[in-house]
Amino acid sequence: MKNDRYSIFSLLRETLRGQTGWKPAWRDATPQPSYDVVIVGGGGHGLATAYYLARRYGVRRVAVVEKGWIGNGNIGRNTTIIRSNYLLPGNVPFYECSMKLWEGLEQDINYNAMVSQRGVLNLFHNDAQRNAYIRRGNAMRLHGVDAQLLDVDAVRRRLPFLNYDAARFPIRGGLLQKRGGTVRHDAVAWGYARAADRLGVDIIQNCEATGLRMREGRVVGVETTRGFIGAGRVGLSCAGNSSRVAAMAGLRLPIESHVLQAFVSEGLKPFIDCVVTFGAGHFYISQSDKGGLVFGGDIDGYNSYAQRGNMPVIEDVCEGGMALMPRIGRVRLLRHWAGLMDMTMDGSPIIDRTPVGNLYLNAGWCYGGFKATPASGLCFAHLIARDEPHPVAAAYRLDRFGRGAVIDEKGMGAQPNLH
Amino acid sequence: MRLNCPCCGPRGVEEFTYRGDATLRRPAPDAAAPDWVDYVYLRDNPAGWHRELWYHGAGCHAWLVVTRDTRTHEIADVARAVDIARHGRENTGS
Amino acid sequence: MTLFGRKTAAAPRTGGGNGVDPARVIHFTFDGVRYPAHPGDTLASALLANGQRLAGRSFKYHRPRGILSAGPEEPNALVELRTGARREPNSRATVTEVYDGLVACSQNRWPSLRMDALGVNGLFSPIFTAGFYYKTFMWPAPFWEKVYEPLIRRAAGLGRAADEADPDLYEKATTFCDVLVVGSGPAGLAAALAAGRSGARVVLCEQDSVTGGRLRAERGELDGVPGWQWARQAMDSLRQMPEVRIMTRTCVFGAYDGGTYGALERVADHVAMPAAGQPRQRLWRIVAGRCIVASGGIERPMVFVGNDRPGIMLAGAVRTYINRFGVVPGRRAVIYTNNDDGLRTATDLAHAGAVVAAIVDTRATQTARATQVARETGAKLFTGGAIAATYGRLGVQAAAIRDRSGRVQHIACDLIAMSGGWNPELSLTTHHGAKPSYNAALCAFVPTTFPPGMQAAGVANGAFTTAACLREGAEQGQAAAAACGFAADLPALPAADAESYGIESLQPLPRDRSVKDGKAFIDFQNDVTARDVRLAAQEGFRSVEHLKRYTTLGMATDQGKTANVNGIVQLAQQTGRDIASTGTTMFRPPVQPVAIGAIAGAHTGTHFKPTRLTPTHEWARQQGAAFTANGLWQRAQWFAQPGESHWRDTVNREVRTVRTAVGFCDVTTLGKIDIQGPDAATFLERLYVNAWRKLPVGRARYGLMLREDGFVFDDGTTARLGPQHYVMTTTTAHAGAVMQHMELCHQWLWPELDVHFISVTDEWAQFAIAGPRARDVLRHVVDPDFDLSHEAFGYMGAAEVTICGGQAARLFRLSFSGELAFELAVPARYGDALARLLMKVGAPYGIAPYGTEALGVMRIEKGHPAGPELNGQTTAHDLGMGRMLSGKKDFIGRAMAARPALTDASRPTLVGLRPVSPSDELVAGSHLLPRGAEATGAHDQGWISSAAWSPTLDGWIALGFLSDGPARHGETVMVHNPLAGSVVAATVGPPVFLDPEGARLHV
Repeated sequence: MKNDRYSIFSLLRETLRGQTGWKPAWRDATPQPSYDVVIVGGGGHGLATAYYLARRYGVRRVAVVEKGWIGNGNIGRNTTIIRSNYLLPGNVPFYECSMKLWEGLEQDINYNAMVSQRGVLNLFHNDAQRNAYIRRGNAMRLHGVDAQLLDVDAVRRRLPFLNYDAARFPIRGGLLQKRGGTVRHDAVAWGYARAADRLGVDIIQNCEATGLRMREGRVVGVETTRGFIGAGRVGLSCAGNSSRVAAMAGLRLPIESHVLQAFVSEGLKPFIDCVVTFGAGHFYISQSDKGGLVFGGDIDGYNSYAQRGNMPVIEDVCEGGMALMPRIGRVRLLRHWAGLMDMTMDGSPIIDRTPVGNLYLNAGWCYGGFKATPASGLCFAHLIARDEPHPVAAAYRLDRFGRGAVIDEKGMGAQPNLH
Repeated sequence: MRLNCPCCGPRGVEEFTYRGDATLRRPAPDAAAPDWVDYVYLRDNPAGWHRELWYHGAGCHAWLVVTRDTRTHEIADVARAVDIARHGRENTGS
Repeated sequence: MTLFGRKTAAAPRTGGGNGVDPARVIHFTFDGVRYPAHPGDTLASALLANGQRLAGRSFKYHRPRGILSAGPEEPNALVELRTGARREPNSRATVTEVYDGLVACSQNRWPSLRMDALGVNGLFSPIFTAGFYYKTFMWPAPFWEKVYEPLIRRAAGLGRAADEADPDLYEKATTFCDVLVVGSGPAGLAAALAAGRSGARVVLCEQDSVTGGRLRAERGELDGVPGWQWARQAMDSLRQMPEVRIMTRTCVFGAYDGGTYGALERVADHVAMPAAGQPRQRLWRIVAGRCIVASGGIERPMVFVGNDRPGIMLAGAVRTYINRFGVVPGRRAVIYTNNDDGLRTATDLAHAGAVVAAIVDTRATQTARATQVARETGAKLFTGGAIAATYGRLGVQAAAIRDRSGRVQHIACDLIAMSGGWNPELSLTTHHGAKPSYNAALCAFVPTTFPPGMQAAGVANGAFTTAACLREGAEQGQAAAAACGFAADLPALPAADAESYGIESLQPLPRDRSVKDGKAFIDFQNDVTARDVRLAAQEGFRSVEHLKRYTTLGMATDQGKTANVNGIVQLAQQTGRDIASTGTTMFRPPVQPVAIGAIAGAHTGTHFKPTRLTPTHEWARQQGAAFTANGLWQRAQWFAQPGESHWRDTVNREVRTVRTAVGFCDVTTLGKIDIQGPDAATFLERLYVNAWRKLPVGRARYGLMLREDGFVFDDGTTARLGPQHYVMTTTTAHAGAVMQHMELCHQWLWPELDVHFISVTDEWAQFAIAGPRARDVLRHVVDPDFDLSHEAFGYMGAAEVTICGGQAARLFRLSFSGELAFELAVPARYGDALARLLMKVGAPYGIAPYGTEALGVMRIEKGHPAGPELNGQTTAHDLGMGRMLSGKKDFIGRAMAARPALTDASRPTLVGLRPVSPSDELVAGSHLLPRGAEATGAHDQGWISSAAWSPTLDGWIALGFLSDGPARHGETVMVHNPLAGSVVAATVGPPVFLDPEGARLHV
């Protein structure tokens, strides 16, 4: 579409004509009888997959079917953090690929998602944690990822208001990834949707997948609340509900659905300039460009599809916040909500073919899916288009559990609520 | 959320630790490898009623089998795991 | 258009007001100016009483804003309360109780509230439409972090958080009741009365400082007395009921599972400072059988151009200020309403002495009531009219009113009281995910589905008359009590107003030209206008969730309490849908913002988590020990002696002492589990990978446990004290997890095993006594009838002994240090005495206590795996213990440990490392790469898990995991630590550096 690019010039032009010329960010498409690829799930990962299929792999007859409105799931429920500070070789290249895509995202999709590389600082509180972070930081550096080890004085210079002196677990230092940061989460969904739409992708909202139609062991299309949609290939990108959707194809997954809560405070004048994670409790925090403190902690820890949590975790998170940052005692929690996490049995995701022909699975993002959005979309698009794993996602196979090649960053074993 | 512990009475969820699906059965020692992979890694993960193991670590140390709806968190039943393990497995849908 | 000259004259106090004490005067300051107030005033009522209409600035355009409401829904009048460490940003003036000496400041303005430089943002409002930032600030790419975002962040936020730690205390409490009643208006009082008289345990929570709800805001009578007096009588009745608990200043903010409600009690916010030891606020967890939501309603503003100027208020709030606080918020008022409640305000204003200049009633048909009120108040009535614009820079001074014929006339005023009808305050009913449904007859979203155990009554349930509130409250109260097993008759109810308030429909802002360029605000705080809603819809953001996220409507500190429904109405028009199918967004907890400090309670600072102390903690402190956290435990890290300038000197001395003489260390923190029963051995066989059946009584054995996924879980020694009696030790870190695992195995997997076990970690103090002279020391402690000789009590021996002349103890010949060593366990209460005794009797042998650091050095010298090696990612094969896995029995993890990837030779496997150049330090966390390989992830072959300076070997040593490690002993690898910028060469060897044959053990 011509004259549809976002820029300061188009913004000024529209200002002069009362903003009346803006077109919908994406068409509210009606389903066609069939597509080359149908992506089930209009969240960040599904929309990114559709975009990269069209943009990088030349697949233009693509539809994204979404049961509600796009971006209504975890892409809009997370705490907006991006980072690639992983330990294991199966993970580091993938998340770094994602970080690089974030770094060029806005120019690529012509949408300002406010990628803000304000730094992610993981604090440690004892020698064992320090050594574990040294191992992690060195793994990052060997993979070409930025990482710095800060001693407590360097942490104090950066965040003088943390609790250093009267702490139950005094801060000893931190591992900093400067290129980590935050992104305006909803804008990622909208930006990918708009960019994919401009490449001809049909985004079909209020269209719930109710079944997968199979023929001779292969999937041939998706049954939806808006009728059958034929598909050469089908990609499932429904984290949180992966087990339910995969069950339509008779598959059981190494996944439990868990609930993760997130929190935002009232808007405050900015004082936290990076993402900070507490090493002695379940708490992490950043401050948004609107001024709200965005924070979170541990998952509630039980299977749930309810998209809401309970008080013990809310209290636990606020206790962590106060232990780390006692100046926020009189800051008020404004809102808390929850999302559904595909918690896998090793804490790492799955991007793979399934035993069903032409059916592909993107699932198991645990609580780390947001930062993965671009690379997940790229790698899933690659897998669907080429029928082979993208090199940086080669470890995310379904059969790794049977082989024992698990990617267990935390070393917690086959216990999803401990990852 | 509150669980009605058969030993201790109704208690807040903060006293308990979650384990997971209580319909899984440990395979026989000589079972084939795929059975073990299924047991250790694969889950039904239903949206609806779910029988699941909880541990009353801050109470009586009993493992419990809780029947709970994962969509609403409604709890229909709490039983001692040991009772089910000893007597009730045949009757409890597994 | 000026009415009163430059400044509006102070609005008069009426001298009345059912909620203030006009006889007493207290003072507060706002922006440094001292004002009088009466006890009972809120900051908002006191500001109005002092003629201060300007109270704040909006978030985006920094528009001057006044006081909109009289309750927690306030979007505009947000202030910073108090100063210093007690500064509270974004405090709503409408719910802030004035105390003598209160200090409040306006926020989000510079340099002053009247002259705000960022008011310039308003000039750019044609550009700064909804979502404009998504469309620009993209070029050049690095400018976002460097230029654009810093500018945006400079303007971000409202108030300032305190700079220092919050000095106040917070508390948590839990209570249980049959019926929780939320709200003490007519519905809540009737519900509490009905439930209370049944004998049910009732908790009545009122977020306000006083009870009565709207009864305090209205002049209407119940049974011939003013409503607020009836409320007082009702409260007197409730106080007579022993099972009724009344909690004012307590906001029920969230409905959680199992009938658990979160509530915040503001214990000491209405005084300058909490009393000593008194919490500022208290977090309540209320567990209720039933909950009656009687939280009333929130009035909707009217959406019109210029509807945000100071002096434009909700009509119901105007009545609150007049009737409860005795403050008339203006002298010359215009009423703008779509219902009869606006008329009621006209009546109250006139009654309080204000001029009602005009009544603009959007309803098409003139009602008899409107005619009557206009006549009584002398107001000009504009039926079917609308306000087209307003005037006045820092406060409204006039309204442009368009009559039904389209003619516009300007009417001077200093107050516009607007009523767009009422929304039930039903947030609590939606916390489990239910969406309220639109009732077109009531022009309101009403709750239709409730969380289990919850019901709603009164305005919150769509019952909009006082009579209906009372009736519904009583019925719901009775029903709730009955559901909990308490029966009672309905209480007698007073006669009350039963007239509907005459709302007909909800209308969006008309789309005519005259309003096209003006700003008609929907979300006041976030400056979301009707035009923003239109633009969002035009750009495809047509769902309410998209609208909210794209425009930020409803996301400010008031959570859109006054904005959401008006936004929905506007969106419905724009998208050609009706209100019902447009739907509403979710209401997220908390209902009102809650201080993070209150939710944390007392778990802050050093009380963040419990602290576990070993039995020798006090003794160690007296010895000058440095302590380190080990999970929740505090353990002695080392015992510095005079003259030791560096901790490493101390540790080296402690290690040498053990290696050459004798030392002792408190190892109480290791998990200890006492296991008894006929099937105890079978149980151990299934828990551990190795064999246990043949372990004789009086012997201990090292055991390795896997998780069922085949990875290593824990290790430790277990000793057999009797034919059916074992005592297991676990690592400190996994003590709780192992116990839980054993309970699962016993209760769930193998209930047929006749075995019992209990954690005795806290019951026994345990000491490692290690070194060549260990036996000599022990001879002074253990009673002489026990033969300590190597022949009688060899390595891995275990025995129940007596010490000090008959005191029962347990003795194990275990060694983590690699020396001749014993572990001696005594009842925990004797731990301190034993430490002192060991010091005394060991002195001739040169005994010294050692801490965890020396313990760690010695275990690395001996190649014993510990926490860094047992990190949950390693296998028995990785630890060089693959051959321990018995092939003859079932045990946890057996099947999965056999998977190919867990035994692959190329897995990083435990090795020992020493630097090629003795001066090179080895650092834990470094990675191992082949010599000559480029420093990339592709060549990464392992890492160092533990490293130490070994005083015994006089050099750096390390344990690490290296691919194919056992086959590479003797090879030189490069130890990369890019974080520190270092690469050193190291020689690979076996993980045991000292005495691999164990000669020192067997003496």
